[in-house]
Amino acid sequence: MIEIENLSKAFRVAKRKNGSLLRREHETVHALTDVSFKVNSGEIVGYIGPNGAGKSTTIKIMSGILVPSSGKCQILGLTPWKSRIKHVQNIGVVFGQRTQLWWDVPVLDSFNLLKDIYKMSPTSYKRSLDELVSTLSLESLLHVPVRQLSLGQRMRCEIAAALLHEPKILFLDEPTIGLDAVSKIAVRQTIKKINQERGVTVILTTHDMSDIEALADRILLIGKGQKLYDGALDTLKAQYLKEKRIAVDFDEASDFLCPEGTTLIQKSNERALLTIDLSKTSVPVVIHQLTNQLMIKDITVENQAIEEMIVALYKEMAI
Amino acid sequence: MKKLRSSYQAAIFKLRLAQGLTYRTAAAAGVATQFFWGMILIMMFTAFYGSQTSVDGFTKSQLTTYIWLQQAFLVFIALWIRDLELFELIRTGNIAYELCRPINLYSFWYTKLLSSRFASAALRCLPILVFAYFFPKPYGLELPASPTALLLFIVALVLGVMINVAISMFIYISVFITLSPIGSLLIFSVVGEFFSGMVIPIPLMPDTLQKVLMCLPFRYTGDLPFRIYSGNVGITDAVIGICIQIFWLLFLPLLGNFLLNKALKHLVVQGG
Repeated sequence: MIEIENLSKAFRVAKRKNGSLLRREHETVHALTDVSFKVNSGEIVGYIGPNGAGKSTTIKIMSGILVPSSGKCQILGLTPWKSRIKHVQNIGVVFGQRTQLWWDVPVLDSFNLLKDIYKMSPTSYKRSLDELVSTLSLESLLHVPVRQLSLGQRMRCEIAAALLHEPKILFLDEPTIGLDAVSKIAVRQTIKKINQERGVTVILTTHDMSDIEALADRILLIGKGQKLYDGALDTLKAQYLKEKRIAVDFDEASDFLCPEGTTLIQKSNERALLTIDLSKTSVPVVIHQLTNQLMIKDITVENQAIEEMIVALYKEMAI
Repeated sequence: MKKLRSSYQAAIFKLRLAQGLTYRTAAAAGVATQFFWGMILIMMFTAFYGSQTSVDGFTKSQLTTYIWLQQAFLVFIALWIRDLELFELIRTGNIAYELCRPINLYSFWYTKLLSSRFASAALRCLPILVFAYFFPKPYGLELPASPTALLLFIVALVLGVMINVAISMFIYISVFITLSPIGSLLIFSVVGEFFSGMVIPIPLMPDTLQKVLMCLPFRYTGDLPFRIYSGNVGITDAVIGICIQIFWLLFLPLLGNFLLNKALKHLVVQGG
């Protein structure tokens, strides 16, 4: 469905240096270097990496917005930047930090315009709209001017706008950015539902690991423009999640021995923070050893943040 | 295909009208400004005419009609009227969304700009025309020279606003390179305004300058239709003028589309 081969993109950026006013130095920034991957129909792929890794650039190339410096990209048999107009009919795009809705008019007006832009027939438009209105519970929002919507409400409308023309592929560039927990969950459920019901292939970029855990069967990890990992999230975790952090709240000030394979980071009268080296021991074993020693009130196991995992990856790949 | 395309254009027009209605007060204020501006200009040029009734074949009543039409259709002919939204799209990178649509960007923006101008003219031109018509003689708006002149005026006016939008598209295209609209906007509005007879009516300019302006697109936006209306440009010349308008209307969008596509190839979407 999506085939990307050796995709590269370089930008020429003017460097501002203190010095000559007349001569401007340019610098080439390699946003993407030789990225290749394939995505099959119906997949949800989480596309992750730190800021500036090249995620958005890839999405923009796949959406036909940017022209790459070199490489091949075939989406449903089309090269996005060569047959842009034909290609975009197949895709829906949401850029979490931008808006595609007309600011001053009710949401429904924007939808009606999209209907005409995508040349939809009244029947298929109505069917698609009704479906989206019920899955995203937009009923009460349709007649509100976009500027009066909250970010969470607007994001739901943005996703609806991207899906209105029933695309086969959906690109989501940070769809949960800035959303509160409730809205995040609503957005995730929508994505899942759309993927299951319409069979839409989804590629999503995010910095929120729980988005990935809730949605993606497969992740693509990218850093400094290069593909670092492509596969299941669990495999990556097993490989790079070398430690976990655990916070223990206990009843009274009492001493305990750190279980083997753990390091104490912080300790107060009623709370201790430990890191568990997963190569030496496991979470259940540590919890068991702690419960034997202490009257435990609460235990929180924290996952290593995605950034930390990527840092670990960087170290290993010596980038 | 053609029929379907016109439907998204109609939708944009409706949206623009709705947006325009959101800012009704601004429209009302615009009407008042144009009205007073028109009076000031007319008083100034009347003083300049003195006791003469005609300068270079341009009569006083033709002059006042010219100025009132300029004021009534200001949103059709002024180059400084710009769509901040489009500048913002380029500057902030929201243009990404525009490029995800299955339509040619030039036509899309052209439609947006043309719609805004029609939508705001719809809200503004009538009150000014009516007021100006009831203004006491030598200062009021005259009726068109003849029914044919009125018809040709309408044709030329519509073609004129289309040329104007085609010229203004170059401002937006230039922003891809400069990232700031201020410079191009200033140059285009100062130069364009003068060349289209908004500062001094073209019939009052020196002959040599008039000849030069005939070769540029600017005077075909407002000057030509307004002079057709008052009969200062005769029927034959009006038809020739309309043919030249059609030429510009084919040439300018072609050039604009070429330049826009070139700019898009090197597009950098701002803001990640």
